[in-house]
Amino acid sequence: MSAIANMIGGLAEGPPPASSVSRTIPEASLRRHHRLDQLFRFATRGFAFLVLALLAGILISLVVGSVPSIKAFGFGFLASADWNPVTERFGALAPIVGTLATSFIALLIGIPVSFGIALFLTELSPAWLRRPLGTAVELLAAIPSIIYGMWGLFVFVPVFQSYIQPLLIGTLGKVPGVGHLFAGPPFGIGMLTAGLILSIMVIPFITAVMRDVFELVPPLLKESAYALGGTTWEVVWRVVLPYTKIGVIGGIMLGLGRALGETMAVTFVIGNAHRLSASLMQPGNSIASALANEFTEAVGDLYFSSLIELGLILFVITSIVLALSKLLLMGLARQEGTRT
Amino acid sequence: MSDISAANPLYRARKRRNVFMLAVSAAALAFGLFWLVWILATLLYEGGNALLRISLYFQMTPPPGADGGLANAIAGSLIMVGAGTLIGTPVGILAGTYLAEYGRAGWLASATRFLNDILLSAPSIVIGLFVYSVYVAQVGHFSGWAGSMALGLLVVPVVVRTTDDMLKLVPDSLREAAAALGCPQWTVIVRVTYRAARAGILTGILLAVARISGETAPLLFTSLNNQFWSLDMNQPMANLPVVIFQFAMSPYEDWHRLAWGGAALITLAVLALNIVARVLFRKTV
Repeated sequence: MSAIANMIGGLAEGPPPASSVSRTIPEASLRRHHRLDQLFRFATRGFAFLVLALLAGILISLVVGSVPSIKAFGFGFLASADWNPVTERFGALAPIVGTLATSFIALLIGIPVSFGIALFLTELSPAWLRRPLGTAVELLAAIPSIIYGMWGLFVFVPVFQSYIQPLLIGTLGKVPGVGHLFAGPPFGIGMLTAGLILSIMVIPFITAVMRDVFELVPPLLKESAYALGGTTWEVVWRVVLPYTKIGVIGGIMLGLGRALGETMAVTFVIGNAHRLSASLMQPGNSIASALANEFTEAVGDLYFSSLIELGLILFVITSIVLALSKLLLMGLARQEGTRT
Repeated sequence: MSDISAANPLYRARKRRNVFMLAVSAAALAFGLFWLVWILATLLYEGGNALLRISLYFQMTPPPGADGGLANAIAGSLIMVGAGTLIGTPVGILAGTYLAEYGRAGWLASATRFLNDILLSAPSIVIGLFVYSVYVAQVGHFSGWAGSMALGLLVVPVVVRTTDDMLKLVPDSLREAAAALGCPQWTVIVRVTYRAARAGILTGILLAVARISGETAPLLFTSLNNQFWSLDMNQPMANLPVVIFQFAMSPYEDWHRLAWGGAALITLAVLALNIVARVLFRKTV
């Protein structure tokens, strides 16, 4: 190591005068460095493999753990809403529906809000406010999910139960077609509450991607639209958004991936009831919250294995969603590269 | 020719629509910030008092009805977050180095980069399940090591991503200059590119620490909890997030109060780490 330092030091002083004896690097030193080079390269390569192996390992361990449950229930596991530890009948339908429903609510609210925030930050905000406001929104992502859960349970749920839910039941609950979604007594907790809290949690992720892709739009394009007399809204809606469509969808998928796997926040407020109910106001369950609640208390191999299979389902769904998101965003980056 | 004066109704409608939409956009921002302010205000209001009490930091988690603090949980969290960072950081930095320095064209780098991004957003509870099956179930008991492992696995993708990004920001001319001076590639990386990207990599590590400090789900299946003071990494270990979870879900008023104190403590620590990381990063880029 010191040899190389001397070498750099020696050379850095400038080329030796032409008359001096040319310096040669000893053969042994060259060999040693070649070996170290190989070693370093090999080590970094090994750790890159390790990351791949980690993902494969997670998948394999979950599949192995689910074998008893897969053998016992087959594909029926996905379609059954039973969850009875006593008779050992298990089905994943209720948690899957709960996971999808809460994530859907989260996106329904999260997407327009994120779009609004990204629009404000890229087009409207004065330059000096851009960074502090952007940071504040990003801090929403930094708050640990257990804090969202606790705050949701102790602060948001009572407010929601006494003011907002009665209002929803009284208005939307009477609309034919969607009324059953908002039926029932106001419990405070339930799928709707979980979805609302998830929506706050996905906002920073979707906003960050939208902001990034909005900034990719060539100024020339926007300026042309303005020069034709477009208003700010028209420029964003008809030029910026179509141009960044793929990236925006990628961002939404990223948010969806986050929402699907969110555990603690949902566990606190969803009510943890293993049943399918038509109303979003009723207590429900999601895959992650079922795991958090029951895993350490599960007795019996089949119960245990069913929970692991739930984890496997969650992992597969989120991986697919996240992979799609990544592919879309990569597609945008490539398109950007060729366009210059 | 169409009338383009301000009196044209179409023109006025478009302008009104524009103003309305921009107002909605500002409202969206207000909506987002509203929750941030509400949550932080609640934490300070409910947990502020608890934070100021010395016993929070020096007494153990109490049984319901007794006075106590969170000392064992704070110590456990610090140890496991520290161990997790020590496990995950070297793996992440070396893997990230491969991606940015060696594997610019190969399949391994693009595959790793792709899957690493999936791992980055994968549900942390699944990481807990994984560590449970490969370690806890084999050893037969929950332990601090298992918790550290789970946290370490969460550190890896964050550090891989930032190391890769930060090393790619280092201009190639720097590498070429060092190589032209006769440095072998590993010396170029260790002595030149690492140094140039140091602040960025450190930022990534800080963000990873911030992320795992609040993680609860993976610890539920790995370190579980311990009511007593224990520094034995082979035993179940107390930690703030799981204590908060258990205390908040309990029916006891004084446990709730401690849970709020812990929640405020974690949130302040995590936000501080985030802000430090940002400041550090901004100074260098």
